[in-house]
Amino acid sequence: MVDLSVSLAGHRLSNPVMTASGCAGHGRELNRFLDVAALGAMVTASVTAEPRAGSDAPRMLETPAGLVADTGLSNPGVAALLRDLPWLHSVGATVIVSIAGSTSAEYARVADQLRSSDDFARVMGLEVNLSVPNASAAGRSFDDDPLSAATVVGRVRERLPRRTALFAKLAVDARDLVEVAAACLEAGAHGLTLGNGPRGMTIHVDSPTHRPVSVVGRASGAAVRPMAVLAVQRVHQAMLAGRMSPAPIIGVGGVTSGRDALELLRAGATAVQVGSATFADPRAPARVRDDLARLLDSWGCASLGDALPTVVQSAAVPAGRSDPAAGRAPMTNDH
Amino acid sequence: MTVPGDSAATQVIRRSRVAQESSEVIAARTVGAFRHLTLVAPGVAESAGPGQLVAVAVGGPGAELPLRRLVLLHRATPSGAYGGTVELVIDPADPTTAWLAARRPHDQIDVVGPLGRRFPLPSEALPCVVVGEGAGGGALLWLAEVLRTRGCRVDLVLGGESARRLLGVVDARRLCDGVTVTTLDGSAGVHGEPADVLPTLLERSRAAVVYAAGPLSLLRATAAAAERAGAVSMVAVNGPGGSVAGCGTGVCAGCVVPVRDEGGGVTHLVRSCTEGPVLRGDRVRWDALVDGRWRIPSDARSVAPHQGE
Repeated sequence: MVDLSVSLAGHRLSNPVMTASGCAGHGRELNRFLDVAALGAMVTASVTAEPRAGSDAPRMLETPAGLVADTGLSNPGVAALLRDLPWLHSVGATVIVSIAGSTSAEYARVADQLRSSDDFARVMGLEVNLSVPNASAAGRSFDDDPLSAATVVGRVRERLPRRTALFAKLAVDARDLVEVAAACLEAGAHGLTLGNGPRGMTIHVDSPTHRPVSVVGRASGAAVRPMAVLAVQRVHQAMLAGRMSPAPIIGVGGVTSGRDALELLRAGATAVQVGSATFADPRAPARVRDDLARLLDSWGCASLGDALPTVVQSAAVPAGRSDPAAGRAPMTNDH
Repeated sequence: MTVPGDSAATQVIRRSRVAQESSEVIAARTVGAFRHLTLVAPGVAESAGPGQLVAVAVGGPGAELPLRRLVLLHRATPSGAYGGTVELVIDPADPTTAWLAARRPHDQIDVVGPLGRRFPLPSEALPCVVVGEGAGGGALLWLAEVLRTRGCRVDLVLGGESARRLLGVVDARRLCDGVTVTTLDGSAGVHGEPADVLPTLLERSRAAVVYAAGPLSLLRATAAAAERAGAVSMVAVNGPGGSVAGCGTGVCAGCVVPVRDEGGGVTHLVRSCTEGPVLRGDRVRWDALVDGRWRIPSDARSVAPHQGE
């Protein structure tokens, strides 16, 4: 059996497949269908300082190969998450906590509350969800601007113990993605999660015209996987080219199979998250992991690294066209 | 007969035995305007009760749609010639479940269930009124049967747009103490809708409990009629505001319904797939139902992804 273990920001994970924030609750729901402790990590749904009721119905609509969703950061608040941590620890889950806020001060407050809990000591890491409207910037997302993103990351970083891994989660359609990613790493993030789905809209044509039903939100599912692959590849190439410090990337977007996971890993990700596929199949994260293992076994790989390129060529984005990083000399991909 | 508060959500998840199985369709027939499917699903059938849901993957191998369809169980039979089976009734006119309506015997369907909470039963033999409309109302015959075995008097109201959209009238006459039929076009029974006959029926039957399943407008009218008559109402709220697509397992937070807590003051959001679908009618914030969809009340406090204890 192939060894799927990976090293991520100083932590050893049994495999590279995690849940994605917002698609797995706090773990209990999915643990009825799979063993959350046997996943690479369990990433909990984003919590804010106080509970939030969130958006009106409908909160999500299907697209031909995915979803458009906006829950309005519907969440029970950081205090509710802290009440669930002992259970997550009791089943042996490797936990990454996702946090969000409307201001950098709110992110800091959430980090403070987490740090002050004894149960937080066993949490592997924090994922800072930056694809959230910034109340101080007319609702533009934090990840649309390097300074806003770095401010949040910096304020959260200074509140966390050193051993707590910190990941900045950015949207694949973030303006200046590479610059924002670099700013987050400079502000103290250990790694990046790429990423939240692009903005999108879908209009339900089955509803009567006088009562239109639509959702404006983030697109997800298989339809957005090429965007996630490109986002991971662009940022990874920028790291190889020395335009930002090398750091692990967690790839997320439209992963429904082991092959999909491998695609993101080959683009430069160290780990992958399974998101909305979990809505269609509650076993999806475990199935993706097992599928990946079977695929690599069939190729005779002893470890995950055997299936990954040692050098990533920058062919996916031709030099000088859309990404100034892509034309630089590729270097070793240190998986 | 109480709806547990938020803290009970976690207990529900811990207690519930949920199965995911690839189920073979062993029978598919047309009943009036509807399709009636019987699936071999022993894991689901084993612990299912009236009012519970299944989440069904639709689209077929290689073309699965991103969200499951949440369907109220028509009936579950834990032991039978084929092992445990579950029955679903699908409206072919509903585009969200068109794929399901087209299934044939020997097709495979991935089913997760049973989900959510069943209709609570009275601890004594009290008179009950059961109100159903459309495909969703079909689950109520099963409930009526269970109530009758507990010695409850059961008056059933079946509503539909036309006689073709009435489900189970013949069985109902055999199973229940009284049956009232309503149709919007007057093709059978009373010309009108269930809400038109409820006040008189509630008064005459002295019902202590009213159960309902069907469109949100029916549930709302039932809750109001029950309140006026001093009866408890239990309604099966299925689907996020007119749609019935979601994860079914409680992780997507798409199906939330605003519900007042036991004290009657604070409004919380509950997931119809997990804390629901059966809710106390007098606790549901019907004032937040606009154009058939839930608006989140500005005073709603907390949210779905399950609460700690």
